[in-house]
Amino acid sequence: MDILLQEVGYSYAENTPFEKRALHHVNIHIPSGSYTAIIGHTGSGKSTVLQHLNALLKPTEGSVVIGDRKVEAGVKAKNLRDIRRQVGIVFQFPEQQLFEETVLKDIMFGPMNYGVPEEEAKRRAVELAAQLGLPPEALEKSPFDLSGGQMRRVAIAGVLAMEPEVLVLDEPTAGLDPKGRREIMDLFHQLHVQKGLTTVLVTHSMEDAARFADQIAIMHNGKCVVSGEPRDIFANEEQLMDYRLEPPRTVKLQRMLEAKLGIELDGISLTEEALAKNIALALAKGRETE
Amino acid sequence: MDLNIMSFENVTFTYMPEDETVRPAVEGLSFSIKQGEWIALVGHNGSGKSTIAKLMNGLLFPQSGTVTAMDQKMSEESLWKIRSQMGMVFQNPDNQFVGATVQDDVAFALENNGVPHAEMVQRVHESLRQVKMEEYLNHEPHHLSGGQKQRVAIAGALALRPRLLILDEATSMLDPQGRMEVIETIRELREATGLTVISITHDLEEAALADRILVMNAGHKQVEGTPEDVFFAGNKLTELGLDLPFAMRISKLLTEAGVQLSGEHMSEDRLVEDLWTFYSKK
Repeated sequence: MDILLQEVGYSYAENTPFEKRALHHVNIHIPSGSYTAIIGHTGSGKSTVLQHLNALLKPTEGSVVIGDRKVEAGVKAKNLRDIRRQVGIVFQFPEQQLFEETVLKDIMFGPMNYGVPEEEAKRRAVELAAQLGLPPEALEKSPFDLSGGQMRRVAIAGVLAMEPEVLVLDEPTAGLDPKGRREIMDLFHQLHVQKGLTTVLVTHSMEDAARFADQIAIMHNGKCVVSGEPRDIFANEEQLMDYRLEPPRTVKLQRMLEAKLGIELDGISLTEEALAKNIALALAKGRETE
Repeated sequence: MDLNIMSFENVTFTYMPEDETVRPAVEGLSFSIKQGEWIALVGHNGSGKSTIAKLMNGLLFPQSGTVTAMDQKMSEESLWKIRSQMGMVFQNPDNQFVGATVQDDVAFALENNGVPHAEMVQRVHESLRQVKMEEYLNHEPHHLSGGQKQRVAIAGALALRPRLLILDEATSMLDPQGRMEVIETIRELREATGLTVISITHDLEEAALADRILVMNAGHKQVEGTPEDVFFAGNKLTELGLDLPFAMRISKLLTEAGVQLSGEHMSEDRLVEDLWTFYSKK
């Protein structure tokens, strides 16, 4: 499902003395099936953009096209239920939204709220719990008896149980340990591929943006200032610095090494594996030419 | 003799003492921390780190074993005195502000403790200077960046002149720049004041800067040692849900790709140095 932000402006508390402009003329195209990372410094407007993706916020200027629906400034939007089902958002620290008596009920809540029969909701919950690595006995436990990492998984399962076409992730791994972080990011990637999802990742981690995204949008002072492919975005260090961002560690290490050795590696290394391969290749080549 | 700032002796704590099938959150844990040390406490989610933090400041009491802080046994009676000597900074920068301005916020605990006004002003300025936030005295906390917020939270803790600063995942919600700011602040503080620091963290790069690392696994202390000792124990860490520092991961990948390194390196500088030696030798 395509999402298109056209000249979107947004002001909090519009027409009051507290009015605060958060977005200015934002244009972002999220093509169906893409994996888009939205990056930007704290306060750059990332979270405000995110809330437009399922019409939790409605633009005060411009319009947002979500699939075949259009949410336009000044036009009363009706029946947003479908949009909210099709676009699932995993908010930061989603475990704070758990509330049901058992894990199973919590995961089933969303789909049943949308009229999915109990049997089907249950089937989805059981399947997703397993996919997210929750032990089967956890299903009958209270979500509040689980560890923080497990609670996060329950909350994510609750969003996935709605079977959204677009999955929006706001710092989904903040506070998780490294293994949990890797597992969850890999799982999102796997779902993205298997189910042909459209994925939007809002993140501070340049490493995750470099590894997973096929397009990146940079937010700065409420504007979308650049968008493009990771390899172009991360090759332009000056531009990143202008927006108070840094390249991923792999790129930084590559640059350090290139400066020290006086060589240039092939392309830019967006993952650790690619960096190691690039270095090994350059060193081997160095040998041959001697 | 060095003062024991914090020690645990054979400490066991379970959230459900009535249910024997539930494993204790912390079991048979012993360690001790000397004045002036920087200790990193690492472990996977659910390894017992947060429980340890709550045992350290008397929010929880162990079912067995002893917690001793500032040379006093932790008890209902001693806990207020002990708490007055420790500062804590938590994970979420937005959840720890009470003041309308930065200086009000830093002054909050001082007011609670009845510190006279003149001294309060002086301490607020001093602690904000220590975290390089003195220019922001009258700013509203919610307009600051995450890193700045956490530095103000640290200043709030410092204003009480604690002997021990506990950071509970204090950098985990920050962007990379904010994280660097906070880590740099702690480094400088330690150099200038010799403050004892316990940082509970997932960030192995942060842990690598500590004097000593305690690795927790399922309620037990798995490994304890200098960062070198702990990281060179290698694959174990990965099995425990943790990770190696970036430079070590790349070192490993390079070795697998047939590049001969003199060893695995904890810092990017050393790795680059080693690759340079290798490259210029041929």
